[in-house]
Amino acid sequence: MATKASRSAARLMMAPAVILLLGWMLVPLTMTLWFSFRKFLPMRGGDLGWAGFDNYARFVTSSSFWPAVYTTLLIVGGVLVITVMLGVLLALLLDQPIWGQGVVRILVIAPFFVMPTVSALVWKNMFMDPVNGLFAHLFKFFGAEPVVWLTDAALPSIIMIVSWQWLPFATLILLTAIQSLDSEQLEAAEMDGAPSLKRFWFIILPHLSRAITVVILIQTIFLLSIFAEIFVTTQGAFDTRTLTYLIFQRITDAQNIGLGSAGGIYAIILANIVAIFLMRIVGKNLDA
Amino acid sequence: MARTVTSQRKALTTAAAWIVGLLIFFPILWTILTSFKTEAQAIASPPIFLNFDWTLENYAIVQDRSDYMRFLWNSIIIAGGSTLLGVIIAVPAAWSMAFVPSKRTKDILLWMLSTKMLPAVGVLYPIYLLFIKLGLLDTRTGLVIVLMLINLPIIVWMLYTYFREIPGEILEAARMDGATLKEEILYVLTPMAIPGIASTILLNFILAWNEAFWTLNLTAAKAGPLTAFIASYSSPEGLFYAKLSAASTMAIAPILILGWFSQKQLVRGLTFGAVK
Amino acid sequence: MSIKNTLRAATALSLISAGSVFADGHATTITIATVNNGDMVRMQGYTDKFTEETGIQVDWVTLEENVLRQRVTTDITAKGGQFDIMTIGMYETPIWGANGWLVPLDDLSAEYDADDILPAMRGGLSHDGTMYAAPFYGESSMIMYRTDLMEAAGLEMPDAPTWEFVASAARAMTDKDNEIYGICLRGKAGWGENVAFLTATSNAFGARWFDEDWNAQFDGDAWSNTLNFYIELMNDAGPPGASNNGFNENLSLFQQGKCGMWIDATVAASFVTNPADSTVADKVGFALAPDTGLGKRGNWLWAWALAIPAGTNKEAEAKQFIEWATSKDYIELVAANEGWANVPPGARTSLYENPNYASVPFAEMTLKSILSADPINPTIDPVPYVGVQFVAIPEFAGIATEVGQEFSAALAGQQTAEEALAKAQALTNDAMEAAGYR
Repeated sequence: MATKASRSAARLMMAPAVILLLGWMLVPLTMTLWFSFRKFLPMRGGDLGWAGFDNYARFVTSSSFWPAVYTTLLIVGGVLVITVMLGVLLALLLDQPIWGQGVVRILVIAPFFVMPTVSALVWKNMFMDPVNGLFAHLFKFFGAEPVVWLTDAALPSIIMIVSWQWLPFATLILLTAIQSLDSEQLEAAEMDGAPSLKRFWFIILPHLSRAITVVILIQTIFLLSIFAEIFVTTQGAFDTRTLTYLIFQRITDAQNIGLGSAGGIYAIILANIVAIFLMRIVGKNLDA
Repeated sequence: MARTVTSQRKALTTAAAWIVGLLIFFPILWTILTSFKTEAQAIASPPIFLNFDWTLENYAIVQDRSDYMRFLWNSIIIAGGSTLLGVIIAVPAAWSMAFVPSKRTKDILLWMLSTKMLPAVGVLYPIYLLFIKLGLLDTRTGLVIVLMLINLPIIVWMLYTYFREIPGEILEAARMDGATLKEEILYVLTPMAIPGIASTILLNFILAWNEAFWTLNLTAAKAGPLTAFIASYSSPEGLFYAKLSAASTMAIAPILILGWFSQKQLVRGLTFGAVK
Repeated sequence: MSIKNTLRAATALSLISAGSVFADGHATTITIATVNNGDMVRMQGYTDKFTEETGIQVDWVTLEENVLRQRVTTDITAKGGQFDIMTIGMYETPIWGANGWLVPLDDLSAEYDADDILPAMRGGLSHDGTMYAAPFYGESSMIMYRTDLMEAAGLEMPDAPTWEFVASAARAMTDKDNEIYGICLRGKAGWGENVAFLTATSNAFGARWFDEDWNAQFDGDAWSNTLNFYIELMNDAGPPGASNNGFNENLSLFQQGKCGMWIDATVAASFVTNPADSTVADKVGFALAPDTGLGKRGNWLWAWALAIPAGTNKEAEAKQFIEWATSKDYIELVAANEGWANVPPGARTSLYENPNYASVPFAEMTLKSILSADPINPTIDPVPYVGVQFVAIPEFAGIATEVGQEFSAALAGQQTAEEALAKAQALTNDAMEAAGYR
C-alpha cells in the first residue's frame, strides 16, 4: 500500500525519534571512547594525556574483571530462569477460574510498582537482616539457625530480590498469552485423554514461546544494568560485583575516569554480544 | 464453554491463587504495617503482625525532616513530562513503522531497544559534564529529557505493536475519502489507538517514576524526585525500620494507588503490547 | 479514572512543568549536601533559626553516607557547582584543599574563634596550615561496654585495656542463646567501614599499609595477626552476619542490648546513653580503644566538617552558615533545647572546659581518645602517609573499598585471612603501580 510519497513521509516522521536516539547513543559513546584512551584522574589534576590502550589492558587484566562478567551473566540468567518458570506456573494458576481474580491480579503485579531502591532496602532490612529480619524470626521459630542472607548467600539473595520485582511482568505477559490460547484445541486434547502434563508440554508451552521470548528480551535489557539492588545491599562484596558495579567503583571510588570508561566500552561490547544473541532468537520469533 | 469446573476445584484454585498472591504482596503489606508501628514494635521479637498501637508518628517525623510534597511534585512532573514528550515523539515514528514498513523497520526497532543496554554508569561522567555545559544540572527539564530518551525505545516499540493491530483497510478507506495524512492520523488512527497509547503512558510513567540512577545523580535540592527522598532514609543512625517503612510507603503509595485505579490499562501496558 | 481524564491531567502536568522551569526563586538560597547522621538531621531542624537571623534560605540534600560521597565527589571533580556547602570528612578535605577545590576558611570572624577548634581537628582539616573545612563534630574511637554484663562476668574494665583483655571479656560476656554477643565490631565492606576499623586496629598490632617506598605491607606478620585475631574474636563472640554490620547496624544492635562491647566512634556515646532510643542507656561504660602493649592504640580521628566548593557564587552566605552551624552559640542552642549530652561533640576546646558538659558521662573519655590519636605518626614502623584509619592519598578510597571486600569475605568465612591478605596485597600494589607510586 506504500506509495513513494508515503515512504518519504514515513521517513520524515521517524526522523525525530531516530535522530534523538542516535544522539543519545553517539554523544556519550564518543566521549566515553575519548576518555578511555586518556589518563584521566580528576584527583590528580584531571586529564594527564594519552594512555594508549593502557586502560583497556588494565581493566581486563584486573583480577575482578572475569568474576564480574560471570556475576553479571549469573544474575541475568538466574533472574530469567526464575521469573520465566515461576511466571509460567503462576500464569497457569491465574488462568483458572477463581473468585476475586481482579484483586489477586493486583496483588501479584504490585511489586512492579515498587522502586528498586525501596525494594532493596525493605528486603535487606526487614526480611534478610540476620537479627531483626522476618526470615530470621521465621528460622528461629522453627528452631533453625538464621541464615545470614546477604553474606552467605549474597548472590542468590540479590537474584531473589530482583526476581520478586520482575515476576509480575513475566506473569502478566504469559497470562495474556495463555488466555489467547484456543480453548477448543485444549479441549480436543482433553477429550483425547492427553494427560495434563502432556497438554502443557505439547500445546501450551509451544504457544507461549513468543511470549517467553518477549519476557527474555525486555528483562535482559533491564537486568544488564541493575545497580540500585547491589548498591543498597552488598556494595559489590561477596562476589556480587557485576560489570556495571565494577565500572561504578572504578569511576566513583577510585576516581579513575579513563579506566572506568574503558570498562564502559567493555560493558557495551558485552551488551552487544548479548543483544546480537537475543536478536537472533527474537528476530525469528517476533515475525510470527 | 464446555470445560465444566466443579466448585470444589474452583475453591481449591482460588485458595492457591490467593495464597500465592498474598505471599507476593506480603513485603509491601509488611512495609505498610511497619510504618504504623513505633520503632520498638517494629523490631519486636517475635514480630507483631496487627496487634500493635497504630501510630502516625513516623509519617510526622518523615514529613518534618523532608518536604514530601516537593519530592512528590518533582516525581509527577519528571515522570509525566518525560512520558508525554516521549509519546509525542514516538507516535509518528511508530505510525510509519507500523503502516509503511520497510525491510529495515525491524532492524531499526531492535537497534532502538539496544540503546537501552548501554550501561548508564559508564556514561555518567560525560553526561554530567554535558549537563554542566548546558546548565541542566538539577533541573526538571534535564531529567525530563534524559528519562524521555531512556524510555523512548520502549515507547516506540509498544506503540508500534499497538498500531499494528489496527487494520490497514480502515486507513485505506479514509485515504480514499480524501483524508490528508494529518487528518488520517488525528481523526482515524488516534481514536482507535487511544487505549494503546494510554497503556503506554501508564507503563512508562511507572518506569520513569522508579528510575533511580539518573534521577539521583543529576539532581540536588531543586529537582530531586522521590528516589532522592528515599535515599536519605537508608540506614540512618539508630532504630529506623518504622521510619524507613513510612518513607517507603510514601514513595510507592502514589504509584500503587494509580495502579489500582487504572488496572485494566496497566495490565495491557505491562505486556508491552507484545502479546495478544 | 477514564482514559480521557488521565490524558488531560497528564497534559496539564506537562504544561506546568514546562512553565515552572523558569520560575526558580530569587531569594538567596544556599544548597547544602549532608549525611543523614543524627547530629546533622538535628541541625536541619534548627535551620529556621538561621534563616530568621540572616534571611538566607537553606535547601538541604540529605543522603546516606555512601550516596553522599558519590554525589559530592562527582560534583567537585566535574565542577558541577550544585552545592554551596558540602559535608565532607578528614580524608577528603586535605586532598580537595590541595587541588584548590575548596574555599579557604582562614578569614572567619573573631567572634567565631577559630583557635577554639581542637588542634587535632583543625590539623586534620587543613592543608599547608590553611583550614578548608570547619568541623561540625569530631570523633575518635573508644570502647563502649555494658557495665551490667561486665559485672555479671566478674570482670572490671580498666580505663586503658589491652586487646587480650577485651577478647577474653568478650568471650566471657557472650550468651548466644539469649542473643547477647560479647563484642560488636564493624565488618561491612567499605573504606569508611571495616577498613577504617581494621586499619586503626592494625596500628596497635604493629602493622602498616605501606612502607616508606609505597610497597603494600599486607604480606607481613603484623597484618596476619590483626586479621586472624579479629576474625577469631568475631566468630567466638560477635553477632551473626557481622560482615554486613557497619556503624549504624552495630549502633542499633547495641541500643537493643545485644552487644557486650562495641568499639567505634566516640560520637555514638550520646546515642547509646539516650534513654529515648537506647534500652541500655543507664548501663554503658567507656574505655580507651585497646592496645597490644606495642605503644600504639587503635583509636582513630575523624571529623564531619562543612566545606565550601570553590566557584560557588554564594561564598559569603555559605561562610555565614558555616560560622553559625559550627559556632559556640549553636552548641548552646542545642544544649538549651535538648540537653548537653546531645550537642555535637569533639570539635571545640571550650566545650570540654564547660562545667555543664563535664557532667556528661562520656565527655572525658571522648576528649582523652581524641587527644591520644596521632594521625601524623599513626604506626609503630615509619610510613610515608598521614592518617590513622585511612591513608591520605587520593587512591586510598578506591583501593580500600576492594580491600574491605576481601576482609569482609574473610570474616564471613568465604576465604581465609591469608587468602584475603594475599589478594589485598596484589590489588594494592597493582593500583599503586597504576597511579605511579612504584
